[in-house]
Amino acid sequence: MSRVRVLVGTRKGLFIFTADGTRKAWKMTGPLFTGWEIYHAKGSPADPKRIYVSQSRGWFGQMVQRTSDGGKTWEVVDNKFAYDGVPEKHQWYDGTPHPWEFTRVWHFEPSRTDPDVAYAGVEDAAIFKTTDGGKSWAELSGLRTHRTGSQWMPGAGGLCLHTILEDPSNPKRLFVAISAAGTFRSDDGGKTWTTITKGLSSRYIPNPTAEIGHCVHRVALHPSRPNVLFMQKHWDVMRSDNGGDQWTEVSGNLPTDFGFAIDVHAHDPETIYVIPITSDETHYVMDGKLRVYRSKTGGNEWQALSKGLPQKDCYVNVLRDAMSVDTLEKCGVYFGTTGGQLYASADAGNTWKCLAHDLPAVLSVEAQVLK
Amino acid sequence: MIRVELPGNLRTLAGVKGEVQLEVASPVTVRSVLDALEARYPVLRGTIRDRGTLRRRDFMRFFACQRDLSLESTDTALPEAVARGTEPFLVVGAIAGG
Repeated sequence: MSRVRVLVGTRKGLFIFTADGTRKAWKMTGPLFTGWEIYHAKGSPADPKRIYVSQSRGWFGQMVQRTSDGGKTWEVVDNKFAYDGVPEKHQWYDGTPHPWEFTRVWHFEPSRTDPDVAYAGVEDAAIFKTTDGGKSWAELSGLRTHRTGSQWMPGAGGLCLHTILEDPSNPKRLFVAISAAGTFRSDDGGKTWTTITKGLSSRYIPNPTAEIGHCVHRVALHPSRPNVLFMQKHWDVMRSDNGGDQWTEVSGNLPTDFGFAIDVHAHDPETIYVIPITSDETHYVMDGKLRVYRSKTGGNEWQALSKGLPQKDCYVNVLRDAMSVDTLEKCGVYFGTTGGQLYASADAGNTWKCLAHDLPAVLSVEAQVLK
Repeated sequence: MIRVELPGNLRTLAGVKGEVQLEVASPVTVRSVLDALEARYPVLRGTIRDRGTLRRRDFMRFFACQRDLSLESTDTALPEAVARGTEPFLVVGAIAGG
């Protein structure tokens, strides 16, 4: 029988949850790398025994942990993320030029075909690639040196590259998202990049429809339809049907369209999930109720899912990398909160179960089916 | 023999318990101690000082003999007691809390 593994990155270490395919009984392992922030951990689709973990702390900087045996043993691999050439400058919060400085890895995206190949999205925003399982990292500097790079400005969380999507049908096509620059696409394996922000409108920048400056929180796609992208922006839920060339708002009847996380059902590319957050001023769910919203129509028409989730006195947030789906026949959906709860649904969101109440604040959740 | 005391997180990372003891040629400086430390424990590269610039990370401090040496030149000789091994060189994470 298949098993499911859920990697949960928190402010104070990594936790690993596993269950058999029924997803009824879960076992927790951890914390691993205690006391360190685990911004993200993700297994290789090509070999789930290979996991990349971003381990960092303000005091001590960045570590990259890797396992090749499913977590029995771990090794520290290279933590040198050196920008290619002399880094230029981006804009600081006050509009002055500020040199690019590496802070941490926000996201790892292992290749779908080779466990030794992975991409890393970092702060200050750049994308790096390894082809030797993390022993060395090289910047794909065409992104950072894009003609708009000098205009990029950090959001409150830093100038972070947090989303990396590889087109399953064309590994040379990559999508990335940066807060608060926007979204970019490469069609040549990361050498050159194009802004894909047409149709976005953000009232927190002087020109709401500018090419650059949109605080994109997360982008998701379904592997069977890589030209269809879904985006949770600072405000607005958006959709593109042409690889990002044009975006359309699909917030529809959501009670608020502010949020961080967005994901797509594993088997139905028109079913998507968001977790609305009240506003950018109050980073917690609305009305004290934790609700996932699901659209079966690719947006616009949304249904609240709340069975098994707290419906009073709940004031947590769900961060951008903290929702994931599994690929079992009945799609599993998982998310973690800043209050340290981990929730799971084994029926595509209809009902929810709390797998852990009292973890440190959850930064990332990644589910994967192990054959 | 130079004695170095590391913060708990870095002891775990390096897989050591208690103080680290290092052979460091004279003159003993912050730079030469950190060079020797990172040579013995490559996993510590980037955790105390930046990998590229070798500048001390903002929240790390260097103490010895009840003195804060964090802002001194990394080429300044460390106190004789550290060089003799009678006092440890302390690598300290700055206090944060609330």
